[in-house]
Amino acid sequence: MIQTLEKIIAEHPFFHDLPPHNLQLIAGCAKNVRFEAGQVVFHEGDEADQFYFIREGLVAVELMIPQRGFTTVQTVGEGEMLGWSWLLPPYRWHFGARALQPVRALVFDGKCLRTKCEEDHDLGYEILKRFTHIISERLDATRLQLLDLYGAHA
Amino acid sequence: MTAGPALDPMLPRPYRIRRVHRETHDTFTFELAPAARGEGCSFAPGQFNMLYVFGMGEVPVSISGDTASSPSLHHTTRAVGTVTRAMQALKRGDTLGVRGPFGSSWPVDEAAGRDVIIIAGGIGLAPLRPALYHLLAQRKKYRRISLLYGARTPQDILYRHELEQWRGQFDLDVHVTVDRGSSEWNGNVGVVTKLIQRAPFDRSSAVALICGPEVMMRFTVMELQKHGLPLERTYLSLERNMKCAVGFCGHCQYGPLFICKDGPVFRGDRVAGLLGRAEI
Repeated sequence: MIQTLEKIIAEHPFFHDLPPHNLQLIAGCAKNVRFEAGQVVFHEGDEADQFYFIREGLVAVELMIPQRGFTTVQTVGEGEMLGWSWLLPPYRWHFGARALQPVRALVFDGKCLRTKCEEDHDLGYEILKRFTHIISERLDATRLQLLDLYGAHA
Repeated sequence: MTAGPALDPMLPRPYRIRRVHRETHDTFTFELAPAARGEGCSFAPGQFNMLYVFGMGEVPVSISGDTASSPSLHHTTRAVGTVTRAMQALKRGDTLGVRGPFGSSWPVDEAAGRDVIIIAGGIGLAPLRPALYHLLAQRKKYRRISLLYGARTPQDILYRHELEQWRGQFDLDVHVTVDRGSSEWNGNVGVVTKLIQRAPFDRSSAVALICGPEVMMRFTVMELQKHGLPLERTYLSLERNMKCAVGFCGHCQYGPLFICKDGPVFRGDRVAGLLGRAEI
């Protein structure tokens, strides 16, 4: 089972070029998980001790707005990573997440990986670099969304 | 393949509105037929016409219909200015002046034998629709075809019915996203560039056809380059204030180019250095 996870992890661009011992270590913090359409992946404000690699399906990252209900700010789909609040104190989800379709994912134990990153700073630096790349891409995307490019007076 | 106006390019020909299709709250499609029998002209996907609302003025509008439907013309327009708002008030049976078709076209022949990625933002789907019709009509000539479309909200999605049909086709990969979701929307939320990773293509030969706001096209080209597609195989449709449509007046000058005559469809490497330059 661990072998299979290692293979899946090694094939994902996020983990490309990580040395085999790191992949093995990361696979030790991972397991398969499924969500039905409509099922909550995590709640805003809850402890953020995990992150997800979506293998299939679509997840809404959402925020509860009083009198408007849950509003999707972004969706995360196949091949993408979900969640980085596990990386930074206070380790709480800033947004909630809900499956829009049946979802197949790998879930990683963030606490376990954090501990391993503290013990092995080379690994920690690699993980942080790769998450920074994702965060930077999402920031760019958010800026474009804010520009309201398709608006009448854009 | 680029068709040009057969008659005096400055002379509008009367066309009657045969049908009006309300696409969204501010966007509509006219089906036009030549008022005089035997008139009409062929066009290539990506070209535009100048539409004249008598007594109001003239605006450039891309042709959004099928080349096979000639002499009928389809034009999808968003009501954002004086002329287009006047156009929105027109009804079936009313008459418009039409000059054209003008400009360059999508490289549908050069794309034969390759993967084709069509990336549209907002009303940018309209000038790409004739290219998609062409690709689907000649489906065997092309390899994988992907349509990636971004709209502002679910209510702003163009050609909703056709998108559903296209999504159901096994030989066409369709992904739609919106910048702002709603409680009824269960699809993608986010910018259209994010969809590129969901559309696998052969980076050694694929061709990308892109149309939307310039900022969206800039980021799309960057994202495609990240995925290994060179500028030389990206094509962008640009828009400026076209007036004469034949390169005389200079209103649509874009650096050393005239959008009306040299474009509106440009190969990416020809305009990449101009995109985003404040002085142009």
